[in-house]
Amino acid sequence: MTTTALRIGATSFKLRRRPLLVVAVSLVVLAALLVVDIMVGDFPLTAAQVVDALLGGGTRRDRFVVVELRLPRALTGLLVGGALGLSGAIFQAIVRNPLASPDILGVTWGAGVGAVSVITFAGSLGVVTGGAASIGVPLAGLAGGLVAGLLVYALAWRQGIEGFRMVLVGIGITAVAGNFTHYLLTVGDVQDAGRAMVWITGSLNGRGWEHVVPVALALVVLVPVALVGGHVLGALQFDDQTSRGLGVRVNVARSFLIVVAIVLASVATAAAGPIAFVALATPQIALRLSGTAQPPLFGSVVVGGALVVLSDLVARTIYRTELPVGVVTAVLGAPYLMYLLVRSRREARV
Amino acid sequence: MSVRLEASSLSVGYGERLVVDTLDLSVIGGTVTAVIGPNGCGKSTLLKALGRLLPARSGAVLLDGKQIDRMATRDVARVLGLLPQAPSAPEGLTVADLVARGRHPHQAWYRQWSSDDAAAVDAALAMTGISDLADRTVDELSGGQRQRAWISMALAQGTDLLLLDEPTTYLDLAHQIDVLDLVQELHATMGRTVVMVLHDLNLAARYADNVVAMRGGRIVAQGAPAEVLTERLLLEVFGLDARVVEDPVAGTPLVVPVGSRHRVP
Repeated sequence: MTTTALRIGATSFKLRRRPLLVVAVSLVVLAALLVVDIMVGDFPLTAAQVVDALLGGGTRRDRFVVVELRLPRALTGLLVGGALGLSGAIFQAIVRNPLASPDILGVTWGAGVGAVSVITFAGSLGVVTGGAASIGVPLAGLAGGLVAGLLVYALAWRQGIEGFRMVLVGIGITAVAGNFTHYLLTVGDVQDAGRAMVWITGSLNGRGWEHVVPVALALVVLVPVALVGGHVLGALQFDDQTSRGLGVRVNVARSFLIVVAIVLASVATAAAGPIAFVALATPQIALRLSGTAQPPLFGSVVVGGALVVLSDLVARTIYRTELPVGVVTAVLGAPYLMYLLVRSRREARV
Repeated sequence: MSVRLEASSLSVGYGERLVVDTLDLSVIGGTVTAVIGPNGCGKSTLLKALGRLLPARSGAVLLDGKQIDRMATRDVARVLGLLPQAPSAPEGLTVADLVARGRHPHQAWYRQWSSDDAAAVDAALAMTGISDLADRTVDELSGGQRQRAWISMALAQGTDLLLLDEPTTYLDLAHQIDVLDLVQELHATMGRTVVMVLHDLNLAARYADNVVAMRGGRIVAQGAPAEVLTERLLLEVFGLDARVVEDPVAGTPLVVPVGSRHRVP
């Protein structure tokens, strides 16, 4: 693989042509997808009109449709996809298992319990009312995801964190949270349950700037943190003894990165619901494109964003009425998960 | 001749069980030490404790006179490199990338690939004779090549102390000699200090300056191979009835087990 070094003073980085190329191409694809995503809708626009409106030109109507209606939705998709991709990449690198992702490790379903509680209790049961009922859903989702993620982490801890145990505990937490969610759906009334079901599937419908901002903030802070902390991931990819021999404080580094990944997944889920399989599939796609041994972190951000924007585009155009984006990612992701399971059984080395 | 690594009344254990029991050991700079003993005698555990992979229950490990568990992990990793018994790497990792990881203790997030790093990796690959395998992935190598790649990573780390836990396991005799010749060369040309756990007594006798024989978590004997590898000691440490003759090639002790079939009643 072609490798060059970038050196400025005391700073130096290793640059590989193929992963860089993947990021560059993915960024171009992402930009194109974003424009197409904004073009399509009840008021079809041309690419030129979209770009004009984005730059502040065009008619007032075009600007309204683009900036107020479609851009926030597209951006939410992009950012949520990026956050899920990065979260999955960190989990998979640490757990050293392509099955590890916030979907499997319980974070997503924990967020589901939080959000569905608010939706049902705020609805027919009337426990939560007013402003809390609308702001409450993402906040409760965030809290639920964090609680579930940290719970998995704490339960899997035994003188350090071990990937395989984390996956097992995560599956347990996912089952508990999933059943509790179904219980809530049963006791809630039909309308609330319907609303909750849409949230659980993962949808970008009606997402405005208020959804963009929290995810954007989280990414602005956490992407650099992950990239800096990610330097350690290279030395963390071995067994614990080898990693420690290389001077890594294994438990500290691993805990830190896992918390970053849990926060990313929770924030993303709070904004758009648990969009299935994105965090699971993105890192593996980015890894195969880049030809690296570990999921590339920045590559996963870009590929994740593109994946969700593309899925949402499909969800909005494939059928007469709009589908939740989570339906599309699930249809694409389920066969992929089966492929992984079949493959991992063949290569079982645990 | 200074003491580089020292165990002082060191005890190490798992749970209730004490595996290394108030043990004293001094490793002199520039020597090759082989730790031998029967299965379960605590030799691997001792090596792990010396490399700070396991905490001391009591007593201490001193690295250049400083208590090792009070040093920063990274500082230890710049002086002391170690190769565990069965290290694992993710599939798809290339040999060049594996060896490059050895530079981790010398890097920071803003300094990920300096010219020193590149030079050290090239030198480590050349030293172990695997420069032409640099672009292959670790999982497609043969056992002997893979062991060279791991040793190469430890070399790239640039530490003058090396701890090797059974570096010859799973290798055929020719490759065992290959690996130990490499260790010998490191020692002879670069003055590295090596501590290794070995199962093969004859190879230990040939390649080590200092042999440490352990049983039940304690050191039974240590010193030059000829002093340690005696018929009496083999019986005491391994419960093995054996003759010790002179190795016709190296002049070191050669252990010839008797076995029940040839035992004279």
